[in-house]
Amino acid sequence: MTGLVLAGAVADYGSARVLGPLDLALAPGERVALVGKSGAGKSTLLTLMHQRWRDQGVALMPQDLGLVPSLSVFHNVYMGRLDRYPWWANLWTLVRPRQRDVVEITALLERLDIAEKRWTPCGELSGGQRQRVAAARAIHQGGRVLLADEPVSALDGPQAERVMRALTETYDMAVLAMHDLELALRHCNRVVGIQAGSIAIDRPSRELSTSDLLDLY
Amino acid sequence: MPFGATRRVSLALVALAALCLWLGDFEISAHDPWQELGRLALGLVRPDFGAVDALGEALLRTVAFAFVGVGVGASAGLLLALCFHRLWVRTGCAFVRAIHELFWALIFLQCFGLHPLTGVLAIAIPYAGIFAKVYAEILDETDPAPARTLPQRTGRLSALLYTRISQAWPHLVSYTAYRLECGLRSSAVLGFVGMPTLGFHLASHFAQGHYAVVGALLLLFYALIASLRLWVRPKLLPFYLLAAPFCLGTGLPILWSNVARFFTQDIVPAPLRNGEGLAGLGPWLGDLLLHQALPGIWNTLLLSQIALVLTGVLAMALFPLISHHFTGRHLTGRLGAGLGHGLLVVLRSTPEYLLAFILLQLWGPSMLPAVVALALHNGGIIAHLVGRRSNQIVLRPDAPRGLERYAYEVAPRVYGPFMALLFYRWEIIMRETAILGILGIATLGFYVDSAIQEIRFDRALVLILITAALNIGVDILARRLRAHLRLRHTINRQSC
Repeated sequence: MTGLVLAGAVADYGSARVLGPLDLALAPGERVALVGKSGAGKSTLLTLMHQRWRDQGVALMPQDLGLVPSLSVFHNVYMGRLDRYPWWANLWTLVRPRQRDVVEITALLERLDIAEKRWTPCGELSGGQRQRVAAARAIHQGGRVLLADEPVSALDGPQAERVMRALTETYDMAVLAMHDLELALRHCNRVVGIQAGSIAIDRPSRELSTSDLLDLY
Repeated sequence: MPFGATRRVSLALVALAALCLWLGDFEISAHDPWQELGRLALGLVRPDFGAVDALGEALLRTVAFAFVGVGVGASAGLLLALCFHRLWVRTGCAFVRAIHELFWALIFLQCFGLHPLTGVLAIAIPYAGIFAKVYAEILDETDPAPARTLPQRTGRLSALLYTRISQAWPHLVSYTAYRLECGLRSSAVLGFVGMPTLGFHLASHFAQGHYAVVGALLLLFYALIASLRLWVRPKLLPFYLLAAPFCLGTGLPILWSNVARFFTQDIVPAPLRNGEGLAGLGPWLGDLLLHQALPGIWNTLLLSQIALVLTGVLAMALFPLISHHFTGRHLTGRLGAGLGHGLLVVLRSTPEYLLAFILLQLWGPSMLPAVVALALHNGGIIAHLVGRRSNQIVLRPDAPRGLERYAYEVAPRVYGPFMALLFYRWEIIMRETAILGILGIATLGFYVDSAIQEIRFDRALVLILITAALNIGVDILARRLRAHLRLRHTINRQSC
């Protein structure tokens, strides 16, 4: 497996430059934590990566999650693999899910501790539950790289650990925007700090402590 | 005191209506209208449910035509909604929905005859145009976020099903259910031009003076619409949709030679058919415009203007019946509001055409029955919506009561939404006004119907096209006025 490269990434808002130009290369096995003040450009950078890499097997977990409130948890998770089945199979799944998918997705949901809600419409879930559903969808999708924006912001300690572990185990490469620095250092092996639209820190996690990162804020 | 834009527009509409009232023809020409009305009322109080065969058939056919027509219309509408961004789809849909179901029925009667296909297409075609527009709006309102997270190579259909259609599903279902109710009314009215639905039986029993059977038919129709929620269940829908095509009756066989002749000869303008060429077309069209289209347009505008204002007056007068600010929340108040709801349900379940037909039998021919019918039906609908809106208002605890409460607290707050609703219905009132001509009031429908009676389908078609253009014009005017008065668009899509 080869890595991914983002070269000369730039984002403008009106006439003001909000990000870049910056270069970032992602090597196999790298799980990058993207840290920095809110408004520093983390989400913008993730969006740019998604645009650049989208036809190379990217799974996206945006901050607003992108769940369909009227569909059940099962169907929202199933949506991660809509591209693997023909349209009629997807249509049939809306009416009557296939046993094989139910077993597989239930196992995944059990891992994230939300299996009991699998037939509940997502619109009826709490914020933390919705976030776990979106994580399950990203895990179910699979692919080369995961791009996630604050994937565990609404979860408490043990649940956040569990979801972070599940996400980083599934994906060989990942870029995760994080605000919990300890969690970021524990689950990612590389940290990229963004400050005022450019890269201020880019080092392996083991060389960093949370106090090193506080300068960014 | 300076006049605001809303007040200026309201006063202008009322002044225009008063002028029209003076120009129009309003009289009761029947010998003894009150006795007739009394006999009908007696029929409603003492209905005769004995004629089981006729009643059963009327209801079965009405339901069957509604289900098949709305089913076909909704399916076609959903497909069209998916390509509604194309100009030709939008234009085509605006055109087919500007032509009333009854006009479509009159057209198809000439080619397919009294075959069930006539009734089905008459409902399905205009409904497809309406469904396409509203479905497209509903789909546009869905959240685009889920589509962004889909895997890159997801098929278009799968993506559509799982993101936009899934999100919009509850709205699509509730709108379709609402249109089914409209479809029942359309289906009933198609009976007046010969389809075997309720209107047919109603007209024939009316002609024979069987008021008790008429009463039974009307009561059954109200019961049918009121109980819609009880028997139209999602799980039963596939069964209804499968069974309905077999309950349409056989009608008369289609003569394909008629169909061919209709398209190749009947609707070709007479001068072209007779080989006079384009030179003959000018005078033919001029004559048609001067002697039929212009008087028809004049009367249609006149009548719909009066009906519009009367509808508004009635709606503003009736909405307190269901507004808890006036009925109160105690037991008697709730009972009163229940009765008010009942009255408004009856008003809005009765199609204008049916109401106009009955009033015309009672009062004799003039514009009066048409205006009253239009105002009662549309006023009932708007009063219902305005009343619901008023129930969302929270008044301060020491707000005045009675007439002061109406004039100072509630009416000013609901007037904006009320005007928006009224403008939405303007096009529908215009459409219905034109169609009421078939009953003998000299609006455009009258000239269309006469042309068809005289087997001059070419003229009928031109007149129908003019009617469609008129409806589209009024719709554009209403939209401009809404924008001018900055009335918000987020109101119910109730449009039949």
